Amino acid sequence: MVGFSFDNYQRNQFLTAKGYPVPTATATGTTIVGCRFDGGVVIAADTRATEGDIVADKNCEKLHRMSPSIWCAGAGTAADCEFVTQLISSTLELHSMSTGRAPRVVTCLTLLKQHLFKYQGHIGAYLIVAGTDPTGPKLFSIHAHGSTDVGYYLSLGSGSMAAMATLESKWKKSMTKQEAMELCAEAIEAGIWNDLGSGSNVDMCVMEVDKPAVLYRNYRTPNERSTKEKSYVFARGTTAYMSERVRPTVKPLAYDIFEETVSSTGGGESMEIDG
Amino acid sequence: MDHMPENWGRPRSDVYGSYQHAIHSAGPQSHTQVPSITGTSVIAMKFNNGVILAADNLGSYGSLARFTDQERLIKVGKETVVGFSGDASDMQYLESMLERLIIEDNYEQDGHNFRAPHIYEYLSRVMYNRRSKVDPLWNAILVAGKKDDGSPFLGYVDLLGITYSSPCIATGYGAYLAIPLLRKLVSEDEDAKNVTEEQARAAIDESMKVLFYRDARSLDKYTVATVTLDGNVKFDKDVRCQNMNWRFAEGIRGYGTQKQ
Repeated sequence: MVGFSFDNYQRNQFLTAKGYPVPTATATGTTIVGCRFDGGVVIAADTRATEGDIVADKNCEKLHRMSPSIWCAGAGTAADCEFVTQLISSTLELHSMSTGRAPRVVTCLTLLKQHLFKYQGHIGAYLIVAGTDPTGPKLFSIHAHGSTDVGYYLSLGSGSMAAMATLESKWKKSMTKQEAMELCAEAIEAGIWNDLGSGSNVDMCVMEVDKPAVLYRNYRTPNERSTKEKSYVFARGTTAYMSERVRPTVKPLAYDIFEETVSSTGGGESMEIDG
Repeated sequence: MDHMPENWGRPRSDVYGSYQHAIHSAGPQSHTQVPSITGTSVIAMKFNNGVILAADNLGSYGSLARFTDQERLIKVGKETVVGFSGDASDMQYLESMLERLIIEDNYEQDGHNFRAPHIYEYLSRVMYNRRSKVDPLWNAILVAGKKDDGSPFLGYVDLLGITYSSPCIATGYGAYLAIPLLRKLVSEDEDAKNVTEEQARAAIDESMKVLFYRDARSLDKYTVATVTLDGNVKFDKDVRCQNMNWRFAEGIRGYGTQKQ
C-alpha cells in the first residue's frame, strides 16, 4: 500500500499525553533565497541545522543538485529535503536520458510538486528550485503541500522574512550577476543575524545560461571561531606511567605481487547489450 | 445496597443529579479576551538626536480593513511619544489613563514633568498587573523620549508585562520584517550616535514600505513621530509609501508551467 502508515497514531497520542512526546525531527530552521539576474539565476542558503533548540550541524549543505544546471535549496525537515531531492534528481536524470534533452526546471518542479502533494504535506520539504535549461533561466518555490510559485526573487524558511525584507528593499528588475550574488548574500546574512533558526555561513550557487553552474560552498563565513587564547594540548609526560612497551603498528605485508593486464582480444563473441 | 465501591461516600445521582464533570476541569476565574479592532506593527529606532517612531493608520477588524484613520502614536506630556499596537479599545483606555496621569501630575506645579522612563515604568506596572489578574490589556506598546541624563530612550512593554529596551524595536510583524533593516543602522546602542535624522527617517520609511508589501494587515498611509533631545515632538501625518516596486508582476504568468 502506498503512502505513510498511520497505525501508531493512537499510540503516539497516548504517549504524548503521558509525557513522552514524539521527538522533533532535525529541521533546517533555515534561510534560503533565490534571485534572477540578466542571463541567469542565483540561489543561496545558510548552513545551520537545528534539532529543537540545539544546533545539530554548524555547516550543513542545503544546496542540492537536481541536475548539472538545476539546483535546489531546501528548508523544513532536513531528511525530507535531502531524500526528495535525491529521488527527483535521479528520476530527472533518467527522464533526460529518455528524452535525449537537457532536463528542464519545469519538469523538476512538476515531479517534485506531484510527489509532495501525494504525501499531503507530511513530507516537510519547502524548496526553492532554480536553474537554466534550453528555455532560459527559471526560479520557482515549492511548499510541502505541493503548491508552487514563480518569482524573480523568493525566500523560504524561518529566516525568510528577514531575507525578504532585504530583497524587497534592494531588488531591481535588471541586475548583473555580481549584483544578484551580493543581494542574495546580504539576504542570507539578514537571516543569519536576525533569525535564531539560521546561522553560520552562506552557501551559494550561480546558474548562468550556457555556462556550467558554479557552487560556492561557504561563499561567506562571517562566524568563524576565533583563535583560542592559548594552547591546551597537554605536554608529554603529564601523566605518569609505570612501564612502557613499544609495538610496531605497521607490519610489512607478506604477499607476492603479480601484475596482470586485461584487454579485449577482438575474437570471440561480445556481450549482447541491446536485446 | 450499592455494591459498587466507586459510589460509596458519594451523593446519590437519583437524588442530587448526575456528577458534573465540568467541576474538575474548571480553571481560575479569567477574563482573557479576544482582541476586536487591532492595529499592526509599531516600529521605532534611536538616532543621534532622539528617536523616530512610525505606525500605520489602519484599524483592522480581523481580515477587514475597517478604519483607515486610526492614529496609534500619541504625545504624552511634553516630550514623550507612545505607540500602540493590538486592541484599539484597550489603546483608547490607556490613552485616557495617561491623559489623566499627566493632568493629575500637573496639579503639583512643581516644575517637574513626566519623562519617557516614568511613563514607561507606569505603563509596565499597569500591563503586568492586568496580566497577573488574567485580564490583560491586549497591546504591545513602544515608549519613546529622552532619559533624565539627556540621552534617547526607547522601551517596549506588552500584554504579558514583558519589558525591554533596545536601540531599535518593532511590534508584531515589524519584529520579523523591519528589525533586520533597522539593525543595519543601529545594532548596538553606540551606533545611534552615528545616525542622522535623515538616515533614520529613510530606514523607517523603507521599513514601512516593506511592511506594506508583506504584512497582510497593513496600510500604506502612516504617521511618523520624531522626538528630539531638545524636547521637541514632531508629528508627520498622512505619510504615504513612496517609490513602491510592483513591476516584478509584469512578466509572471501562472504558478509554474503556464506560458500565457
